[in-house]
Amino acid sequence: MSVFKTLGIAAGAAAIAASMVPASASDLTFWSWRQEDKSQYEKYITMFEKDHPDTHIKFKAYEADNYATILSTALAGDQGPDLMMVRAYGAFESVAGPGYLMDLDSKIPALDTFPKAAIKAETLRSDGKVYAVPFASQTMLVMYNKAVFKKNGIEPPKTWDDLMADCKKLKQAGIYPFANGTATAWQNETIVFALGSSIMGKGFYDDLQAGKATFEDPRFVEALAKLDAVKKYFPNGFTGIDYPSSQQLFASGMAGMFAGGSFEIANFKQQNPKLDIGVFPAPPEKTGKDALVSVFYDGGYAANAKTEHPKEALEFLKFLASKKFGQAFANGLGNVSPVPGVQFKSPLLSRIADLNTTSIPYVMLVDFRYEKPSGSVVLQQQIQKMMAGKATPKEVGAKLTKDLATYYKPFQNQ
Amino acid sequence: MFGMRITRRGLWIACLIVPPVLVLALFTVYPIVTALGYAFFDWNGAAQGDFVFLQNFRDVLFREPFATWTRNAFLHNIVVFAVLMVVQNGIGFLIAYALWRNLPGARFHRVAVFLPVVLSTIIVGFVWKLFFNPLFGLVNQTLRAIGLDMLAQPWLGQSSTALGALILVNAWHWIGFPSLIYLAGMQRIPGEIMDAARMDRDSELSILRRIVWPLIAPSATIVFILTFIGSFNWFELPYIMAGVDGSPYGSTDVLGLYFYRTAFGNQSAGTQDFGHGSALAVITFLFIAVVAGFWTVHLRKREIEL
Repeated sequence: MSVFKTLGIAAGAAAIAASMVPASASDLTFWSWRQEDKSQYEKYITMFEKDHPDTHIKFKAYEADNYATILSTALAGDQGPDLMMVRAYGAFESVAGPGYLMDLDSKIPALDTFPKAAIKAETLRSDGKVYAVPFASQTMLVMYNKAVFKKNGIEPPKTWDDLMADCKKLKQAGIYPFANGTATAWQNETIVFALGSSIMGKGFYDDLQAGKATFEDPRFVEALAKLDAVKKYFPNGFTGIDYPSSQQLFASGMAGMFAGGSFEIANFKQQNPKLDIGVFPAPPEKTGKDALVSVFYDGGYAANAKTEHPKEALEFLKFLASKKFGQAFANGLGNVSPVPGVQFKSPLLSRIADLNTTSIPYVMLVDFRYEKPSGSVVLQQQIQKMMAGKATPKEVGAKLTKDLATYYKPFQNQ
Repeated sequence: MFGMRITRRGLWIACLIVPPVLVLALFTVYPIVTALGYAFFDWNGAAQGDFVFLQNFRDVLFREPFATWTRNAFLHNIVVFAVLMVVQNGIGFLIAYALWRNLPGARFHRVAVFLPVVLSTIIVGFVWKLFFNPLFGLVNQTLRAIGLDMLAQPWLGQSSTALGALILVNAWHWIGFPSLIYLAGMQRIPGEIMDAARMDRDSELSILRRIVWPLIAPSATIVFILTFIGSFNWFELPYIMAGVDGSPYGSTDVLGLYFYRTAFGNQSAGTQDFGHGSALAVITFLFIAVVAGFWTVHLRKREIEL
């Protein structure tokens, strides 16, 4: 018995001793869901560590689909990282809301120069404070295959009628005008805004924000009707075509256009390096009206409220909000950084950054993904239904308004 | 406590019983009890909020739009169960009978029928999803090749065919299992009984109905109960083939998917909600436990009566 006792005491003592040894000046952990960006992030960390030799940051990436669960479980159990990537909007609030994140209000001066919409993405609505440094915007637009367009003698459309004419030509030439399918639910939300933003218009978004319009508004319903009309230029059996299949249709050159997010570009290039991609905003009804894209912010960098190294963590966040990092981020990861003054090397990226200046927010994610049922859940299902010919644009608008009215006050009186 | 002495045998038995009981308590009972606890609270991300007692249960059962989703998913589970009972277990029984009667090629088919069962659901789901692809898929290409162009359609993209397609894939995947259980049951039937039946010149159908079916009642109990539990816990195949939303527009939604996306959130559409998710998990668990319990008792009684 005494042998075990001794062993037990020895083991306990060793454990206590181990926990008392400081790990080194400051070792910080940094969690992310971007497994594919690991090597780039390690370069950025080296950049930072050059100026801060006493701070060591360890990057660890988790599988994207389970990241939210892993992160919030770790934070709830006090096992969270010092630094982390968090999502934006509703998903950001589920981490920031319980008080897990360090409040960054007026601690990082550079944030004052960021676009307002970027800051909003990482601000907790209940206290109006910002908790993360926004890192990238994504843009909903139409990507097209330049070679295919040239071969068929067509130009990026300026109006909706141009778009329909282009589609007709492509179809006659035996090419799928659009690569999009609706079998994967979230793709139904992207196509609404990639194609319909200009038909909805800025006025609709402002009225929606002000509580003066619902989704039954004729401008929104008209955008859905246009989408409903363009579906005849989607591939045969598009209701059964899932996201990977439609990506392949576009990357392989079998289709001329892909309505979706700017985040697709890197993947298309990877699948087919020869692919020459152009972009254009959702075409408006007629010339003279704004051609809009729709924009959202992907996420931000945040620090743990309970980190043992708050000073170092804040230093790192300041670095992530700097132009130096923003530039390296844009060049290395091919994303549109919200840091003001960043120059984009790639012409495509710089074109997207330009388009972002005439945009509306990606509505459902930005404003209606905080409560259940989220606007996205309802919209995705209803558009899937509409595209299958089982619901009219008007019914979709009514259903959206009715379901969101269960918690969204401005819809309740209308 | 007179006479309670620790004997060597008692110690031995305790050593054998305690570890599995602990494992069961830690990994089965504890999570179920915690989920039950979670269901009574309001949740803010992973942080527990106020105690709301039965509010989450009321929401998922009666408040719109949750109520419609719950009803929709539950009805689909019932359809899945009913069709699997007929297709998977019915054909499984016929296959078992054919194998037992040693029809030509029985040896080969005994292996072939069971082969899909050993494949993982991920592989089965992905492969069949490719087969059903409207443009490049094997199913539509075959139909076109034999001149049945009008039958080629987006199987997984239509409300009318999606759930059916998933159920058939499930039946293809698992049909070897009921076949195997039934076959084992048939092989236990004493030869004398069969000989006697044949001497009475009963028809094949009446032998099947009056002799074979009653005598394999214990096998049927196992198959029925497992099909029931499997149908109401159905998750992997619809998750892989239709996505967590039960595409298209909820046509393939089942309780498993609905619970998962409610509790853990859907990266591209919603937020985490452990309260309502746990309420759904508890309701599903209670439903399965109660029905499976009563049905097992009923089926066991039937085994004796027959």
